[in-house]
Amino acid sequence: MFTTTSFASILPEILILTIGLLVLICEPFWKGEQKRNAGWLTAGGLLLAMIVSLLFGRPGQPTETLGGMIRFDGLGFFLKMLFMFAAAATALLLMDHDKAGKRGEAYLLLLASLIGMNLMSSSADLVMLYLSIETASIPLYILSGFLVDDDRSTEAGFKYFLYGTLASTIMLYGFSLLFGFTGSTDLYAIAAALTSGAISPLLAFGVAGLVTVGLGFKVSIVPFHFWAPDVYEGAPTPVAGFLSTASKAAGFAVILRLFFVVFPAFSASWTMLFAILAAVSMTVGNLLALPQTNIKRLLAYSSISHAGYAMIGVVAFNQLGAASVVFYLAAYIATNLLAFGLVMAFSRIAGLEDIRDYAGLSRRNPLMGLMMLSAFLSLAGMPPFGGFVAKVFVFAAGIQANYVWLVVVGIINSIIGVYYYLNVLKFVYLYRLPGEDETNHPIPLTRPYKIALVALVLGVIALGTVFAPFYNWSDIGALNLF
Amino acid sequence: MAFPILSVITFLPFAAGLFILTLPANRKNEARATALAAAVIDLLLSAWVYIQYLTQNMTGYQFIEKYSWIDIFPLKIALHFGVDGISAPLVLLTGIVMFTGVLISWGDDDPHVMAGIQDRPREFFAFLFLLAGGVFGVFVSLDLFMLFFFYEIAVFPMYLLIAIWGWVKTREYAAMKLTLYLFIGSVVALVGALAMYWAQYQNTGVLSFNMLEMENAGFSASFQNLWFLPVFLGFAVLGGIWPFHNWSPDGHVAAPTAVSMFHAGVLMKLGAFAALRVGIMLLPEGAKYWSWLIMAFAGVAVVYGAYIAYVQTDLKYMIGFSSVSHMGLVVLGVSTLNETGLLGAGVQMVSHGVMTALFFAVTGMIYDRSHTRMIPELGGMAKIMPFAAIGFIIGGLVSMGMPGFSGFVAEFPIFMGVWKEQWLVAVVSSISIIITAAYIMINIRKVFFAPLPEKLEGHVGDITVLDKVAIATLCLCMVAIGLFPSIMVPMVENGVRYVMNLLGGA
Repeated sequence: MFTTTSFASILPEILILTIGLLVLICEPFWKGEQKRNAGWLTAGGLLLAMIVSLLFGRPGQPTETLGGMIRFDGLGFFLKMLFMFAAAATALLLMDHDKAGKRGEAYLLLLASLIGMNLMSSSADLVMLYLSIETASIPLYILSGFLVDDDRSTEAGFKYFLYGTLASTIMLYGFSLLFGFTGSTDLYAIAAALTSGAISPLLAFGVAGLVTVGLGFKVSIVPFHFWAPDVYEGAPTPVAGFLSTASKAAGFAVILRLFFVVFPAFSASWTMLFAILAAVSMTVGNLLALPQTNIKRLLAYSSISHAGYAMIGVVAFNQLGAASVVFYLAAYIATNLLAFGLVMAFSRIAGLEDIRDYAGLSRRNPLMGLMMLSAFLSLAGMPPFGGFVAKVFVFAAGIQANYVWLVVVGIINSIIGVYYYLNVLKFVYLYRLPGEDETNHPIPLTRPYKIALVALVLGVIALGTVFAPFYNWSDIGALNLF
Repeated sequence: MAFPILSVITFLPFAAGLFILTLPANRKNEARATALAAAVIDLLLSAWVYIQYLTQNMTGYQFIEKYSWIDIFPLKIALHFGVDGISAPLVLLTGIVMFTGVLISWGDDDPHVMAGIQDRPREFFAFLFLLAGGVFGVFVSLDLFMLFFFYEIAVFPMYLLIAIWGWVKTREYAAMKLTLYLFIGSVVALVGALAMYWAQYQNTGVLSFNMLEMENAGFSASFQNLWFLPVFLGFAVLGGIWPFHNWSPDGHVAAPTAVSMFHAGVLMKLGAFAALRVGIMLLPEGAKYWSWLIMAFAGVAVVYGAYIAYVQTDLKYMIGFSSVSHMGLVVLGVSTLNETGLLGAGVQMVSHGVMTALFFAVTGMIYDRSHTRMIPELGGMAKIMPFAAIGFIIGGLVSMGMPGFSGFVAEFPIFMGVWKEQWLVAVVSSISIIITAAYIMINIRKVFFAPLPEKLEGHVGDITVLDKVAIATLCLCMVAIGLFPSIMVPMVENGVRYVMNLLGGA
C-alpha cells in the first residue's frame, strides 16, 4: 500500500533519481567545457534534495514501509543526509578532473551509487539489502575504472570488481542461510526467530561470519582490505574519496543494523570477533601507512585503520557505541573527503601524488596549507576538529563496555597515526621547493574546489566544536535501531 | 548575568588568531599589532581576575560560568569555567607570558636585524595564540572533557611552531619527539579519565565530566590505586617529570624564543597543574598510595636536572635542564601531599614560569645578535646589553632561591614540606640548590662579564625597546612576589586548603 509515509520514506531517493534523469537529459545539449556543468547540477540538486527531505521527509517513530522493505527511521535518515552531502562534495571535486569531469556518465553513476547507499542505510529486508548493496557497488566498479586509457585505473576497477563480487557472493550465501534457518527475509522477524533460540549459537556465529566477509570488504577492515590501496591509488581521486567515506559508512550502517538488530542474542561471540578484527585493522592499517610515499596509498591505509576505530563502537554494543559509530562516520566522511579533495586539487595543478611533492604547499597556497592542517589533524584526532570528539566518544563506549584492552590498542594506534599524519604536514609547512621559488608556482583553486573544500572544513570544525546537535542525531539514529 | 570574563580570556586568543589568519600575507605589521592588542587585553583581563580574587578575599572556585555543551544520555559535557587560588595565578602567568612573548617576537623587516619572527609572522602568531587559548582553557576548565579538549589544543601547535620557526639543526627531530611524548601522555590520561567517568556512573548514578562532582564520586581504593599512575604520569609528562623529561630540553633548544618561553613558562605548568587537578584531587587515595614513587621521581629530577644543567655548554640546553630541575621541585612539593609542600608547589609554578620565560627571552636576544648559544664562545654581554644582563641576573637569583625574590618564597615551603614527610629526600634534593647556584654564577660570569670575544666585536648590538619592556615586566613580577609574598601566598594557601580537604583533612 502506498501512503504518504511510504512516499516520504523514499523521498530522497526519488529526488536523486530526478537529478540523475536531469543530468541525462541536459548532458547532450552541453558542448565541450559546458559539460562540467553537470557537476553544478548534481551538487546543487543534491543540496536542494537535502533541504526538501529535511522539510518533508523527516521520520517520526520508526516504521516499516513498502511492504516491510524499508525502515523509515532516524538512523537511515541521518546517514542519507551524510551520503548526499558527501556525493554533492564529490560531484564538485569531480568537475575539474581532467578526464572524468566533462563526462555526464560520471555524475550519473555517482548518483546511482548514492541511491544504493541510501537504501543500504534503511533496508529492513534481506532482499532489499542485497539489492541496495549491489546498486551501490556496481556503479563504483565502473567509476573506479573510469579512466580507460590509464592502466592503473583499469586495474583498480577490475580489482575492485573481482574482490567485490567474491565478497558479496559469500555474503549472499550467508543471507540465504539466514533465510533458510528462519523462514523470513525481514530483518526484525529474523531477529525474533533467532532470539527465540531456534538455532544453535555455533550455526548463527557461522552465518554472522559469512555476512562479515561481505561487509568487512565494504568497510575495508583487515583481512578484507587488500583491494583498498590499489583501488584508491588507481581510481579518479574524487571517486577514491567517495569510496573511502560514503561507501564505507554505508557498510557500517548495514553492520549496525544487522548485528545490533539481528544477532543481539549472540553478541558475546561476535563482539569478540569484531574486537579482534578492530584491533588487527587498526594496527595493520597504521603500520602499513608508515612506509607509504604516495599520499593516496597513505590515506588508503589510514582509512583501514579508521574502520578499526569505528569498529570499537560496534564492539561496545551499547547505546553510546552505536551513536558514537554514527558520529564517527560523520566526522570521518567530512575529514577524509577533505583530504582527498585537497589531494585532487593539488595533483590537478602539480600532477604529482607523492608526499614529498607537497613541499612548500603552505607557501604556494596558504589556504590549502591550513586546510591540509585541518584534515590531517582531524584524522590524527586532535581538537578542535571532528576527529578528536569522534575518537573520544568511541573510546568512551569501549571503556563503558569493559573493552579496556581494545581501547588501549586504539590509543597506541592513534600515536602511530599522529606520527605519519604530522609527517605529511612537515612537508606542507616545513620543506620548500628546490630553489625556494614557491611564489612562481602557485596552486590556484577553481571555484568548485573552493566551495567544496570550504564547506568540508567548516563541517570538520563544526563536528569538533558544536558537536551536540550532530551527536543528538546520531543518538536518535542509534535508538531507532531497536 | 555577570560578564563572562573567563570565556573571554580563553576564546579571545582563538578569535584573534583566526582574525590574523584572514589578513593578507604581506601585512606583517598588522598581524603583529593585532597580536599585541589581543595579548594586552588578555593580560589586563587576567590581571583583573587575579586582583579581584585577591582583594575580595575570595575562596573556592570563583567567576564560575557554566553552559551545557551536550547533555544526551549517556554523555554530559559542559563548558564549565572557574578559577581558584591555584589556577588564578597561573592564568595571570599565562597572560604575562603571552604579552612578553608577543613583544619579543615582534621582528623587523630590516634583514640586518635578526630579532623576532621575520618569516610568516601571520601564521606564527595565529598558531601561538591557538596554543595560548588552549593553555587558558586548561587552567580554567572545571569539566574533565573540556580540560582534555583544551589540553590537546595546547599540544599540537607546538609541533608546527617548533618545526617551522625552530632552530634548523634539530627542529624536525625535536618537534616530533615532543609531540609524540605529550600525545602519549595525554591519551594515557584520557583512558583514565574515561574510566573515571564510568566508575562514577556505577558508584553514584551521576553522569558528568564535572570535576567538582567527580570529587565526590567515591572511587574505590583499588580503582584509585590502579588509575592514579596512568592519569598522574600521563599529565606529568608535560610537566617534565623524570624519567619522561627527555623531550623537554630538546624541545626548548629547537623552539623559537617565544615558543620556548611558552613551553617552559606555562606549558610545563599545564602538565603539573593537570596532574594535580585530575590525578591528586580526583584520586586522592591513589595519590597517597603512590606518593612515595612520585616523590622519588621528583627527587631524582631535581638533582639530576641540576647536575646535567651544570655540564651543558649550550645556554638553551642549560636552561632546559634547569627547567627539569625546577619543575621537579614543583612535583616534589605536590608529592608531599601536605599543606606546606603544596603551597610551595603552587608558588613555584608561577615563580618558575616567570623566571624561565625571562631566561629564554634573554637567551633568545643573545642568540639573535651573536648567532651562537655556546657558552664558551660568548662573553662581555653586560657591556653591550646591560638591560638584558640585569634581567638574567635577577632570573639567576630567583633560580637560586635567594631571599627577596619569588624563588625563595616558593622553594622554602617545598623543602619544609618534604622534610615533614621524608627528611632524607629533603636533604638529598637540597643539593640541587648548590649546583644551581654554581651553574648560574658560572654562566653569568662567562656570558656577561668575561671579555668580549673578538669574533663578536662590532656586529652585536643592544636589544630593542620592546625587548626591554618584556624583561622589565618579567623582573617586576619576580621581585614583587619576593618582597611582598602576601600578594600571592594567601591566595595559593586558599586553593591548597581545598586540596587538603579532598585529601582528608590533615
